[in-house]
Amino acid sequence: MSGYTAHFKVWRGDVKGGDLEDFKVEVNDGEVVLDIIHRLQATQAPDLAVRWNCKAGKCGSCSAEINGRPRLMCMTRMSVFTQEETITVTPLRAFPVVRDLVTNVGFNYQKAREVPAFVPPAGLGPGEYRMMQEDVDRSQEFRKCIECFLCQDTCHVVRDHEENKPAFAGPRFLMRVAELDMHPLDAAEESGLDRKKTAQDEHGLGYCNITKCCTEVCPEGIKITDNALIPLKERAVDRKYDPLVWLGSKIRRRSSAE
Amino acid sequence: MATGTEPPDTESHTVSGGVRTGTRAAIDAPHLRTDRWWLAPAATAAGLLAFIVYSTWRAFADTDYYAAPYVSPFYSPCLAERCAPMRHGPNWELFGSWWGISPAIIILIFPLGFRLTCYYYRKAYYRGFWASPPACAVAEPHKKYTGETRFPLILQNIHRYFFYAAIVVAGILTYDTVLSFRNEKYEWGHMGLGTLVFLVNIVLIWAYTISCHSCRHIVGGKLRHFSKHPVRYRAWQFVGKLNARHMQLAWASLVSVALADFYVFLVASGAFDDPRFF
Repeated sequence: MSGYTAHFKVWRGDVKGGDLEDFKVEVNDGEVVLDIIHRLQATQAPDLAVRWNCKAGKCGSCSAEINGRPRLMCMTRMSVFTQEETITVTPLRAFPVVRDLVTNVGFNYQKAREVPAFVPPAGLGPGEYRMMQEDVDRSQEFRKCIECFLCQDTCHVVRDHEENKPAFAGPRFLMRVAELDMHPLDAAEESGLDRKKTAQDEHGLGYCNITKCCTEVCPEGIKITDNALIPLKERAVDRKYDPLVWLGSKIRRRSSAE
Repeated sequence: MATGTEPPDTESHTVSGGVRTGTRAAIDAPHLRTDRWWLAPAATAAGLLAFIVYSTWRAFADTDYYAAPYVSPFYSPCLAERCAPMRHGPNWELFGSWWGISPAIIILIFPLGFRLTCYYYRKAYYRGFWASPPACAVAEPHKKYTGETRFPLILQNIHRYFFYAAIVVAGILTYDTVLSFRNEKYEWGHMGLGTLVFLVNIVLIWAYTISCHSCRHIVGGKLRHFSKHPVRYRAWQFVGKLNARHMQLAWASLVSVALADFYVFLVASGAFDDPRFF
């Protein structure tokens, strides 16, 4: 395939208002959507605001919605579209817009601060942690997260209901709670912090109705729903809704999660 | 920052609403997807609706559910006095003669509850029937959303109890499958097309039941140190592999259980003769 001219619609504006603007722009072999946005900046719209950094799907900066689907612009090949197709690029629609394709993702930083950090185990200093690979496999999957916030953007709990933002941490940060709760050396429980219970009570795990959109949009292929959110829901059930588990933990006087 | 690029104070303008909330990009369309996003929820809703219609008819029919040696999975175990007598079959008259309607209703509550609270089916019917959301990044029509934080949806958390019940039901259906290795005179060592239907059905039922997310949690997912529990770790890995196919198994077992029942209906009503292999 040689070069062709594509029809793009790009949202331009700011918090006061804006609209989709039409562009005819050159496309060459092997290019991704971010290349085209850069070409627009270079040739037709020098003031077009776009956030980007690595162009390799690792920094999580160039998140946008392409034909209505939350995606990384640098990882969306132009070859997935037909030459006749109009390609619409908008900013993330779950967050306040700053300008053009740039949104204010401060909500996510607020939620990140609300998750209590890893609690170091007593008696072990830095460099003395020893863990078996099978014990850290689960947490390591979640560490692949590049914090592009596409999962936060697509989650209908906050995307369609602004009023839920104070109560709901979103899939990325519930995954963080799961990561810490599965961490073999996290001493939160010993310090009096029950992550299973707080996932439900403070981070809004109950709002999640496991419709798997977070998993669908994750550019790192993390199985957010199956490996983080549902296991976390099951752990919350252990604490809050399963009298047998509660009774067992009282009789045997030990945690169910050894 | 001295760059003059600080984001504007957008939070103070926030009003309640969806993707058209005041501070978000001003786009009127509820979504901009150009693919056939509606196909998956529509197909899911149609499939589930077809099963609901069929199973409701069969559950209340109270007839043509036993043709020796086959008993419909909808009527097993049969717990009322009014049940058709099944030699060595799953007849336990726990409910006596006062139970006046179809005995299928007694037992179907358990597999129904298991599937209703199943993590896959929840996704399927939240999307297909309740449009919450209809598809990813497609605005849902509801003004308010509380998810599974309140009654009745908070009851989804009892899924593991239905899982325990489903294990018992699957055990009884396994027993029925063993009984299907008889002929119509109750002699052992025979097999017909119905036996094959029952075998396929029970394998799919077990695969679906074992691949359940609650099962994955119970066998090992709840542990923090897999290295201290190597057997449970292996079990968790095995269930995890099945769990990755939970959706496919959910549909396959739904179809197979309906087909097994329909096969018994055809044979019991005389519409079809069970071909015997030996």
